[in-house]
Formats: sequence, structure tokens, C-alpha cells
Amino acid sequence: MATTYGAIATVTVGSGGAANIEFTSIPQTYTDLKLVYSLRNARNLDTDSISITINTVGVGTSLSLRGNGSIVVSFTETKLNAGRVVSATATANTFNSGEIYFPNYASNVNNKSYSSDTVTENNNTQAFQQLDAVLYPSTEPITNLTIFGDNGNLVEYSTATLYGIKNS
Amino acid sequence: MPTKLVVDCSTGVTTEVELTAEEIAQREADAAAFAQEEAQRLADEQAKAAAKAAAEAKLAALGLTAEEIAALGK
Repeated sequence: MATTYGAIATVTVGSGGAANIEFTSIPQTYTDLKLVYSLRNARNLDTDSISITINTVGVGTSLSLRGNGSIVVSFTETKLNAGRVVSATATANTFNSGEIYFPNYASNVNNKSYSSDTVTENNNTQAFQQLDAVLYPSTEPITNLTIFGDNGNLVEYSTATLYGIKNS
Repeated sequence: MPTKLVVDCSTGVTTEVELTAEEIAQREADAAAFAQEEAQRLADEQAKAAAKAAAEAKLAALGLTAEEIAALGK
């Protein structure tokens, strides 16, 4: 049986923290990409938003749906949303769980779109789930991806793995 | 100096790179803009929750039960 799902690269943040994690020279030999991440950042609140850049550009259209257990809100932004991250005042040693799916990333004809699904962990007052549907209006193949918390460095043990997926 | 982690997928090699002054300035500007947008959104959420609570209180004052008020939202 053909191997249709494989890890391209994994990065884990070291003790000094990092502003972002960047994947460069992404191979164009798969059908789709999937970025899976477990992140925490240093913002002095219990949560923060996450964004990405594609080919170093961070502008697109994000339609997002976020719930915290009591209220659900829907909003639109012009950056490339990638959910919510656990931040400094949340329960110690907790990290978010998230993934982004990029279909047809190597096309030089189609505009790029992706979906992301994240949850935060927190034993205190609140935690979040967020879904994002995002359009990145460019027909360029995706060769570079960067992920970061919007208001603070990623802390030690944050990790991100980029997977390649083939349709046969 | 803040750093970023760059992994070259063609080699698998990860490098820790210091951000340039330009990248730091852009990052700070983006963070300020994101924080402002988020504050506005949270304020909107709180206003929405407060309006919902006020409407439910008015309905309760008119004699609707909690179940009847909940049914209106479905």
C-alpha cells in the first residue's frame, strides 16, 4: 500500500522561546499539507490569537467562529487566522491543540484556502475552541509557512509538525 | 534579541535566527493592531451578552418561564 501521509518536518521550541516557527523549501510533491501544533505563548493573559503567513504574506480573508463554553461569536479578519493559543496566565504546562489543512497547496492555478481547528486548555475560568475558514488570494504554490502567536513569543516545548498528504 | 526557528524542509535542518530590526518593528506594530481588534471584539461580545441578559430579564418580568425564554432562542 502506498504511503500517503508523512511528516515533512517537526520543530520544538527550546528554552529561550521563539517569535515564530517557519517552514521553508516545502516540497511540492504532495497533494495536500497538514500543519499540526501544540503551542503556548508568553502573552500575559490566558489566551492569544494565532496567525500564519503563507510565502511570507499575512493578508487574506478569515471567517472565524469561536466559543468559550457560554458564548459563540463569529467574526471576519483580514489576517490569516489559525485559532487560539494558551498563554501565560492559563494553567501551567498546558498547551493548545490545533491543526490546519491546506488542500491543493502546490497548484499554480487556484487561489489557496485552508481550514483550522484549535482548542485551548485551562483549568481556570475559560477555554476556547475556534474554527477558521480562510482564503489566501494567491495562485502561487505554497513553499513557505510561518506560525506565531499574535502578542507573545512561543515558549519552550511548543511544537509544530508539517505533514504531506498524497491522494494515492 | 528575539529569535525565530527556521526549518528547511529540503534538508530537515532547523536554525535559530535573530529577528531583524525591521521584523521586530513589524511584529510590534502587528501585535498592537491585533490587540486593539481583539479588545473591540471582546467589548462587542460583552455588549451582546449584556443585551441578551437584559432581554431575558424583561421576558421573565412579563411572566415567561425560563423554559419558554430558552425556547425562543432555538
